Amino acid sequence: MKKQYNTNYDQSFEQCVKCTVCTVYCPVAAVNPDYPGPKQAGPDLERYRLKNPRFYDDTLDLCLNCKRCEVACPSNVRIGDIILSARLKYSTKRPKLREYMLANTDVMGSMATTFAPLVNTSLSLSPVKKVMDRVLAIDHHRTMPSYSSQKFETWYKRHARAEQESFARGVSYFHGCYVNYNHPKQGQDLVKVLNAIGYGVHLLQKEKCCGVALISNKMKAQARRQAEVNMTSIRESVAAGRPVLTTSSTCTFTMRDEYPHVLGIDNSDVREQIVLATKFIFEAVDAGRVKLAFREDYRKRIAYHTPCHMEKLGWSIYSTSLLRMIPGVEFVMLDSQCCGIAGTYGFKRENYSYSQKIGEPLFRQIKSLGVDLVATDCETCKWQIEMSAGVTVENPISILADALDVEQTMKLNK
Amino acid sequence: MKFDTIIIGGGLSGLVTGISLAEAGQKCLIISAGQSALHFFSGSFELYGCDGAPLESIAALDATHPYSKLGVEQIGRLAEQVPQFFERMNITLRGSALRNHYRLTPLGVLKPAWLTMDEYVRVESADQMPWSRVAICDIAGFLDFQPDFLASGLAGRGVESKVVTISLPELERLRNNPTEMRATNIAKVLSDDVLVRLAQKINDACGDVDAVLMPTVVGLLEGSAVEQLRRMVDRPVQFVATMPPSVPGIRTQITLRKRFQELGGVYMLGDTAKSGTFDGDRLTSIRTANHGAVEFEADNFVLASGSFFSHGIVASPEHIYEPTLGLDVDAAGERSEWYERNLFKAQPYMTFGVSTDSDFRVRKEGQTLSNVYAVGAVLSGCNPIKEGCGAGVAILTSMHVAHTILK
Ligand SMILES: Cc1cc2nc3c(=O)[nH]c(=O)nc-3n(C[C@H](O)[C@H](O)[C@H](O)COP(=O)(O)OP(=O)(O)OC[C@H]3O[C@@H](n4cnc5c(N)ncnc54)[C@H](O)[C@@H]3O)c2cc1C
Ligand code: SF4
Ligand code: SF4
Repeated sequence: MKKQYNTNYDQSFEQCVKCTVCTVYCPVAAVNPDYPGPKQAGPDLERYRLKNPRFYDDTLDLCLNCKRCEVACPSNVRIGDIILSARLKYSTKRPKLREYMLANTDVMGSMATTFAPLVNTSLSLSPVKKVMDRVLAIDHHRTMPSYSSQKFETWYKRHARAEQESFARGVSYFHGCYVNYNHPKQGQDLVKVLNAIGYGVHLLQKEKCCGVALISNKMKAQARRQAEVNMTSIRESVAAGRPVLTTSSTCTFTMRDEYPHVLGIDNSDVREQIVLATKFIFEAVDAGRVKLAFREDYRKRIAYHTPCHMEKLGWSIYSTSLLRMIPGVEFVMLDSQCCGIAGTYGFKRENYSYSQKIGEPLFRQIKSLGVDLVATDCETCKWQIEMSAGVTVENPISILADALDVEQTMKLNK
Repeated sequence: MKFDTIIIGGGLSGLVTGISLAEAGQKCLIISAGQSALHFFSGSFELYGCDGAPLESIAALDATHPYSKLGVEQIGRLAEQVPQFFERMNITLRGSALRNHYRLTPLGVLKPAWLTMDEYVRVESADQMPWSRVAICDIAGFLDFQPDFLASGLAGRGVESKVVTISLPELERLRNNPTEMRATNIAKVLSDDVLVRLAQKINDACGDVDAVLMPTVVGLLEGSAVEQLRRMVDRPVQFVATMPPSVPGIRTQITLRKRFQELGGVYMLGDTAKSGTFDGDRLTSIRTANHGAVEFEADNFVLASGSFFSHGIVASPEHIYEPTLGLDVDAAGERSEWYERNLFKAQPYMTFGVSTDSDFRVRKEGQTLSNVYAVGAVLSGCNPIKEGCGAGVAILTSMHVAHTILK
């Protein structure tokens, strides 16, 4: 069957053999009996919705868009895409102020970084949280991500940009909102690692939020506009011989797969050039193009958590293989299961308790293992796990940056 | 990326192959497009579906059958190792290849079986049921188990039964959404204190019976819930299969995968092997859907991609083919020859599959490939449904090929 990129109408539901395997692996169906489950919400009801949109049902909003149903389906039905597309197409619920706030991560981020100390304190004050809970229905149990006072982009322009031209080889870095506003260090770590192995790091001509939160909060038109901006910059970068690297599995997945499948944007010409940094580095090491040297005094017991979109990408092998290369790392693989947060989903009051219930087995496993760190490729998983399992969570790139013997590595890659 | 052996397909065959190789120290990769036929598992592995001694019937099969390529002696030898193989992962199987016992279907019918999971009903002799009076314990609102059918099947064999319907508040909540009231979702609820209350209700309701029969709605992720329940109920508890998805089948899938990963194996779910690069009669690497241009290299490859249901074999209007590597298949030429009009007769298409030599090496355009093997349901020459040989072929060909690779 040929892939139809320019339409949102996904015919894969015709392939469904009604085996119910997807339902077994849906994290929401397991904890919330109000959710119809992937088979029902996806292929079964799609048939009816195509006849009459009245069959659309608001319980589809309970879907996390984790795509674990798709990973399990033996018949390649794009169940998650079908559900998400139905939400975008048929839902009559308009996004409210809360949805605008949660979805516009870059606008909120710009405002917040400007007043970071103020915002961080006030977001952590319990009266403020109570007000957010009452007025905005953002659950007050949640620890809010803190904002950095200097954006990654600002740091980059002041402290890194000048040297990047001196490298013969280069990549572009799609840093995403989280690195830019909340955690610039992760971006700095990427620059450190890539510079050490001989690659200059450049920014895209223009970067917009990948749009994942806009899509899940049903703001499709804005998501499309932002996606178009990103695609233009990505094409420019690829044409200049620079692949586009990321450090977030969700941004990566959104730009590679949700753009064509959900937003109807054809990216087939550059899709292979949008890659997670861990994949890029692993492949270079595996092919012998790059060598890594590690500090001898680095010792840590690290568990890896597979984010849902990483599971869907199938790429955890790259991040985990890199971590296993570090001599001082005692590596533990966690069972691949949803942590429950799913981006902005777990911030909403109506979802909070389900969100925590979904993640419970994961938190229990982490607590039982006595590790120094959890490694994962997704920023929202990081918030959720840090808050709920009480352990520090780092991106594999930051761990690599920490464990690397930079001088030695530079010498090896001269 | 380089491995000793790469296995395409992560169901029963792929995992048995992978574990056997990893136990011997090989570095293996399993790629699996989706979940497997184990999700429909009845609780019993079948070697050959006949009364009495399966090996005798197997000896009479024709030369194209996978069992004939193994030979009766090798089947006997390998079959003996199977219970220990599973016991190493705490899956207890009972039975013997020397004589079939019977499993009890949800409709109360007895079917020949080779190895049955410990928690399930196992009947040694068809003319003598192990109990005279049982309680059948049903869950209110659960549609994938029909106790009345089971009761009438048992009555036909002289077993008296009373049906007891249990409800618990936690299970009542699941009934809000009847389509999701599946065995697996019930099993997710039945743990810890809910399990204690379930046991109490069973004890209160069942009275003086020889055994309590229950649908398999306990023990999804680990078997300990099954053990707990059996300890807490004061009558022997035995389980009967439900409609799929199968709770013990999924637990078996999860347990095998865990074992494989603990042995250092890499398991990639949700990815599809797409094509291969060949060098003469050798396959040198494959590519997959998720990994684009990355070449997965190995010394040996094993195709464990299942039959039509798992898309290991595909039928187009014109022909039957093996979609991953374009291997030769054994299949009748004309579409009219694929089906038998009488639905109750053996369907010819069920025996279609990948063509192999006597060592299960596959062929491409008539040439035998020296480092690519096929195992399990993707093989041609057997009809698992008609003959009742699905798991036997899957497990034994997998162990055999692992031995061949390790030689
Ligand atoms: C509905 C059903 C119920 C059954 N119940 C029983 C039973 O109770 N007892 C019994 O003894 N036998 C039973 N059988 C017989 C069954 O065929 C075997 O027992 C056995 O499970 C087959 O295992 P397999 O690993 O060979 O194939 P499968 O379980 O079909 O697994 C094949 C795997 O390969 C994957 N795959 C296919 N192509 C690719 C590709 N290109 N790349 C990556 N992955 C790929 C598929 O996604 C799938 O996960 C049943 C069969 C079916 C269909
Ligand atoms: S797993 Fe796939 S084929 Fe099975 S019911 Fe779900 S969508 Fe349909
Ligand atoms: S995408 Fe995730 S939450 Fe949504 S139906 Fe599939 S498994 Fe369930």
